Amino acid sequence: MNRILAIIERDLRRFRRSPTLIIVSMVMPLVQLVVLGYAFGGKVQHLKVGILDQDRGLPAIKVREMAQAVAANARTFESIYYNDQATALRDLRDGKISGLLNIPPEFSRKELAGTNPKIALVEDNTDQFASSALEGSLTQLLAAYNQPALPARLGSNATLSVVEVYPYVPYIQFLLPGTIVLAIFVSAMIGGGIIFIDDKARGLHEGYLVTPIRKFELIVGFNLAGTAKAILTGLVLVTLGSIIAGIPDPLNVVRFARMMVLVVMTALALISLMFLLMVRVSDPLVPRAIFGVLNTVLFFPSGAVYPIQAFPPWMRVITAVDPFTYAVHGFKQLILKNSSLTAIGGDLVYLALFTLISISAATLLFRRTL
Amino acid sequence: MFAVEVENLAKRFGDFLAVDHLNFNVQNGEIFGLLGPNGAGKSTLIRMLTTLMPPSEGTARIDGFDIVTQANQVRQCIGVIPQAMTSDLDLTAMENMNIFAKLYGIGREKRKETIAALLKAVDLEQWADKPVKMFSGGMRRRLEIARGLVHEPNLFFLDEPTTGLDPVSRVAVWEMLAKLKRERELTILVTTHYMDEADKLCDRIAIIDHGKMMALDSPLKLKASIPGKNILEAGFSSVPPGWDATLKALPDVAEVKAVESVFRISSNNGPRTTTALLEAVRAAGLTLTSLSVQSTTLDDVFVHYTGHQLRDTLQTAAGYSSAFMYESKNG
Repeated sequence: MNRILAIIERDLRRFRRSPTLIIVSMVMPLVQLVVLGYAFGGKVQHLKVGILDQDRGLPAIKVREMAQAVAANARTFESIYYNDQATALRDLRDGKISGLLNIPPEFSRKELAGTNPKIALVEDNTDQFASSALEGSLTQLLAAYNQPALPARLGSNATLSVVEVYPYVPYIQFLLPGTIVLAIFVSAMIGGGIIFIDDKARGLHEGYLVTPIRKFELIVGFNLAGTAKAILTGLVLVTLGSIIAGIPDPLNVVRFARMMVLVVMTALALISLMFLLMVRVSDPLVPRAIFGVLNTVLFFPSGAVYPIQAFPPWMRVITAVDPFTYAVHGFKQLILKNSSLTAIGGDLVYLALFTLISISAATLLFRRTL
Repeated sequence: MFAVEVENLAKRFGDFLAVDHLNFNVQNGEIFGLLGPNGAGKSTLIRMLTTLMPPSEGTARIDGFDIVTQANQVRQCIGVIPQAMTSDLDLTAMENMNIFAKLYGIGREKRKETIAALLKAVDLEQWADKPVKMFSGGMRRRLEIARGLVHEPNLFFLDEPTTGLDPVSRVAVWEMLAKLKRERELTILVTTHYMDEADKLCDRIAIIDHGKMMALDSPLKLKASIPGKNILEAGFSSVPPGWDATLKALPDVAEVKAVESVFRISSNNGPRTTTALLEAVRAAGLTLTSLSVQSTTLDDVFVHYTGHQLRDTLQTAAGYSSAFMYESKNG
């Protein structure tokens, strides 16, 4: 046991003396959380929409006034008026406007005759987020336009009442579970991957191998040393990340204790994965070459940034075996739903099994000689 | 019982035979040198003896323990200083020592006492709490020597301990090793490619080349084993036919070898042979381009047994050296 503790002590002392490593492991994921959280979380606003009124009748004026109301209040878009179609279409193609609302010449006549008047939206569909926001806003605008001045005496339209079980979840909070897992993974990549191989290449492991330390003690020591650093990173992300993301009651002791259980299990699973990948590697360039891709392959299929239900079947296979998936799901339950450990029992069991299988495989592959 | 017993030990890397069926013993309390160029198989041999690498054939016993079947007992009784400097730069000297003492399972009180004594022995007492990254190469090597002795081993393996050090640090390291050997009754097995070091400090020397043992004896006996007491090295403006025979016919000449364009003449009487050589050169109408006369050195011994100079091999081998010593498995 003392030998295992000696390996952990050595690693933690080095970690403590490397401010750059601490910053990369702990501060950078927080920066990522803030940047990504606010980059994706906001509502689309101030899109430029051209309005070409070829009708100029009273109903057309009503549409234009409603568009101005949107520009003044919701600010989803700003109106730019055009007198000729060619200029408007050219500006659309040049990216000066995101869409063109075309009110055709016969609009007022058809409206008054009750013969299905139509307004055209010509949109720049290269940006799906912007075009969806624009369509949504203009659909709402036309729904309001179509409301009768006087409501029918007997209403017969079915409506949907939405009841939200949890308080509103901004995107930055939705992203927090994934960010915590990613930070633990980055720590595992640096501590369990890059530093492990660099130490091996510099001959530091040779120093271990000439001592009477057993193979089992070496493996446990290497893994626990990496896990200890990953837990520290997880601890910082769980506390500071919750405060930054605006989680209600961020320092709740019970929830914090539950999250620490999950942090430990996640760190163990990701460090053991890293150890398995690196156990036979001796070239320091290898971990650097594979980590960028590995990061993408594990993080994005986990549901951390986009719902799993939208993935194609082949990607769901990755999702099913990816330890990120279970860790992210667990943190979502604990952070966003304040669930108990029972709710994440399946996640904890999977992470424990994953750790066991990875460590067993790595032990078989590990050589106690050069 | 010998401190080290090597029997028919060999190591192959694919088709390449790095260590070619070596047999030798190291006696208790001696400094045993393995002399040879880079790539000769010295480091591979040391790695096998220190359990870092399994042998392909043969066996060896360290303090009576088999290096394959009793590897952990071997590790307990040896101290090892690998070729690469492996102390942790971010830790202090004391922390480096402490971590290794813990890896050997030494208790707190014993640890404190041993580390203090060792740091004093290698003159690093006042630097104990400084990070190793502040140390010079010589200081780091001294720290590693102390670290290798933290569990008080009987046998000390050092793989090129002075490579990369300046001449002053080299002398300091060797003096330290000689002192430690005297005080602690250590058996030391050391690899080097510095002839002068091996000559002054080793009780016995094994000359290794291409994985084979070419000679093994004390430096004195090795030098006496080759013909002649002096070596004349002479270069000529041109070499006429039969010149080799002319040189051999000079008085007191024991052996003549041409190493590239230079003739190495072993003589039992240097001054007489030199005078006769100058007359022979004049008579043949040649010009001497270089001439040196010296006593027999280990370098001459190396040339005699291997057929080439150690420095030539080093120059050739330099192109294959790697920053990552871990990978230079053929060393």
